[in-house]
Amino acid sequence: MAQEHAAPIHGKDEGTTTGLSHRKMLMWAFLGSDCMFFGSLIATYLVYQGKSLEGPLPIDVFDIPVTSISTFVLLMSSMSMVLAYSALTKNNMKGFRIWLISTAIMGATFIGFQVYEFSSFANHHVEIDCVSPGELTKYEQHIFDDGCSSGEAHAESHEGLKPQTNLFGTTFYTLTGFHGAHVTLGIVWLLSLLLLSFKKGVITPEKNLDVDLAALYWHFVDVVWIVIFTVVYLFGVFPGF
Amino acid sequence: MSTFPISIPRPVHPTGIWGWFTTVDHKRIGILYGVTAFIMFLTGGVEAILMRVQLAGPELDIVSAAVFNQLFTMHGTTMIFLAVMPLSAAFFNFIIPLQIGARDVAFPRLNAFSYWTFLAGALMLKLSWIGGATDAGWFGYAPLTSVAQNPGTGIDFWIISLQILGIASLAASFNFIVTVINMRAPGMTMMRLPLFTWMSFITAILLVLAFPVITVALIELTFDRYFMFNFFNVANGGSVVLWQHLFWVFGHPEVYILILPAMGIVSEVLPVFSKKPLFGYKTVVLAGIIIAFMGWMVWSHHMFTVGLGAVANAVFTVTTMLIAVPTGIKVFNWLGTIWGGSIRFTTPMLFSIGFIAMFLMGGISGVMHAVSPSDAQQQDTYFIPAHLHYVLFGGAIMGILSGIFYWFPKYSGKMYSERQGKISFWLIMIGQNVTFFPMHFVGLDGMPRRIYTYADNMGWNFWNGVTTGGAFILVLGFLLVLDNIGRHWKNGEPAPSDPWDARTLEWSIPSPPPEYNFKEIPIVRSLDDWWATKQGGANKEVPASGGSEENGHDIHLPQPSYWPFVSAAGLLIAAYGVVFNDLLIPWGLAAIGLTIGFVGVYAWSLEPVNDPEEEDSTH
Repeated sequence: MAQEHAAPIHGKDEGTTTGLSHRKMLMWAFLGSDCMFFGSLIATYLVYQGKSLEGPLPIDVFDIPVTSISTFVLLMSSMSMVLAYSALTKNNMKGFRIWLISTAIMGATFIGFQVYEFSSFANHHVEIDCVSPGELTKYEQHIFDDGCSSGEAHAESHEGLKPQTNLFGTTFYTLTGFHGAHVTLGIVWLLSLLLLSFKKGVITPEKNLDVDLAALYWHFVDVVWIVIFTVVYLFGVFPGF
Repeated sequence: MSTFPISIPRPVHPTGIWGWFTTVDHKRIGILYGVTAFIMFLTGGVEAILMRVQLAGPELDIVSAAVFNQLFTMHGTTMIFLAVMPLSAAFFNFIIPLQIGARDVAFPRLNAFSYWTFLAGALMLKLSWIGGATDAGWFGYAPLTSVAQNPGTGIDFWIISLQILGIASLAASFNFIVTVINMRAPGMTMMRLPLFTWMSFITAILLVLAFPVITVALIELTFDRYFMFNFFNVANGGSVVLWQHLFWVFGHPEVYILILPAMGIVSEVLPVFSKKPLFGYKTVVLAGIIIAFMGWMVWSHHMFTVGLGAVANAVFTVTTMLIAVPTGIKVFNWLGTIWGGSIRFTTPMLFSIGFIAMFLMGGISGVMHAVSPSDAQQQDTYFIPAHLHYVLFGGAIMGILSGIFYWFPKYSGKMYSERQGKISFWLIMIGQNVTFFPMHFVGLDGMPRRIYTYADNMGWNFWNGVTTGGAFILVLGFLLVLDNIGRHWKNGEPAPSDPWDARTLEWSIPSPPPEYNFKEIPIVRSLDDWWATKQGGANKEVPASGGSEENGHDIHLPQPSYWPFVSAAGLLIAAYGVVFNDLLIPWGLAAIGLTIGFVGVYAWSLEPVNDPEEEDSTH
């Protein structure tokens, strides 16, 4: 009896008090901590929402259809992560590797979208026809007022949105940048698992904890994105929210 | 070694100095933590003494205003992050596994990593004295920390070393949360956990949730300073009050992170030396949980004079007063514990009783400025340092001193001098009251904190002189403590396994404990199981204290590792690389450091906890 309980040193689940493995519990504690991390970043974003002194603002730069696509890809990657884990537990190593790669590729696609988005926001430029400007946002109105005052045909601005531009840029790039860093770390983790799976006996249907932990992390990062997409993108563009 | 990608032989039971670099034994790491933190405590003390010498009389010119600003900032940061927190961590390390009947912590190598990372952060912060330390106060209010106001590297060192210390604290806390939940001996239910373990567990949860907030605040400040972001840039609409909110959302739980372990120590010491069980065990546990929970609802009482409005001030006044209730419950439980007990006035007992008295006084002055109109008078005066030193010195440090003496026989295997201990107690007890009590007077008389000197005609001369005198009594007291510990650790009388006739499991094994702690994992049948065992109430034989060395060989222990040290070293290099980011190649040093850290973590995660072949070959 007593000897059985000496086992936790080897990390065997049955040797622990709760029956949960140490590492899984560590992962949950870490995710709780990471909640506070993203919570603080999101709180900062919300505190400064609408407080920027000048544009561009969310409504000027966000392209909801494009971000919806990358959001969809990221959410689907969670599903393929589940399928990878499921294949592993059924001893389908080939299926496991395929779904693991798919997850990593979808994560990389998301990051690709983010890189594209960041660079297009940073190079955001506005051109306004002074004769028939159409419906203008506050920022565009500002450019219109500045550039069309003395009878020019066009008014334009190449300022773009950089972290230094305004509070929106500062908070947006910091929040989404740290999320992107989390996804990138996740991709490195998934690819490391993929490499390890070719070594004999490291990842098996029974020894699946490494994959389980990576999956937990991956799902968490996805859930954080759902919050960011809602709070930052949707609330930013649809004033009804 | 087949699963190991890099062909560096793993350290196998090294001895001497290398043993300390590669150790994963929670007891040795605890001692490393304790010794380092005590040295840091002394450096913080030197900073305090320099300030007190400067303030001994009016218009003195011993240190300049600029150096004085650095002194009070470094004193606060040192005492909180490099002294009280790691001194508590030393006890977490040494005592928790022993109290719950475990052979080590859940993640021995992560534990070593925590220590080395803490050391890296501590060195980085203290070495920033070269070239000018941070001078914006320990809570670093914006915009004092902006590049425009503060272009030197002092602030950068402060930011980055706090981030490193944060990593160390988080890693340690994850470790202890899992250890306490998952490594308890059979029968050790949560409601049989010794109080110290309970309070440490709550502290670890607080830490895990509070530290990310300061991490984010510091990241925002870093981006402002390095890349001209706008977080605290008022010219672009940023708000300096945001920093205050983020800082104190972390900072107030931090206050309980500092005091809860000390409360746990006191809750261990009082029953032992009163020969009575702790009065209202469940209530004390519950009060600790409530304190931790409510600790999140009071942060704005640090900001009463910011102008948050009447409603916010009223709400935070009420919550702050409410949090005095669970604290009061604890005080009454402690009094109930010693009431009618057969009390032995040993050194740890004296420090614990001193803790109750001093902490109570700090608590009462705390309730005084919980009332926001009253706080408007006290804010930024010496009344605040008076209050915070009563709770942090009279509270946390007294509790820790109690623990240092209480567990001295356990971690050193020797006995200290009781006579010298008692003298040091009285010196510290009298010294702190002479030092800190007059601060109430000059504070209410309007003397601002953080001024480097004052005019002759303010009427503050006498009490400032008294305060400085008291500080030197404290120095004497601590020199005596240091001598007592140092001398007797080396040459003291050998300690028996249970010199205090104590109640908890750590006293059931030899002093100092063998590497494997428990020859046989104990089976726990009641609260204060060791006491019950000694009384024969638990109906089982009293095990012979531990086992001999020969018997320990079939017990598998986690093996030493280089990688925690390598990872922490990489982190330190990266940290310097961030501060000196334009050295040779921009960000080159940071990249090198991060690479070393990454290699360290990678090798570590691929290294098995134990190599079966190695383990066999040592037999």
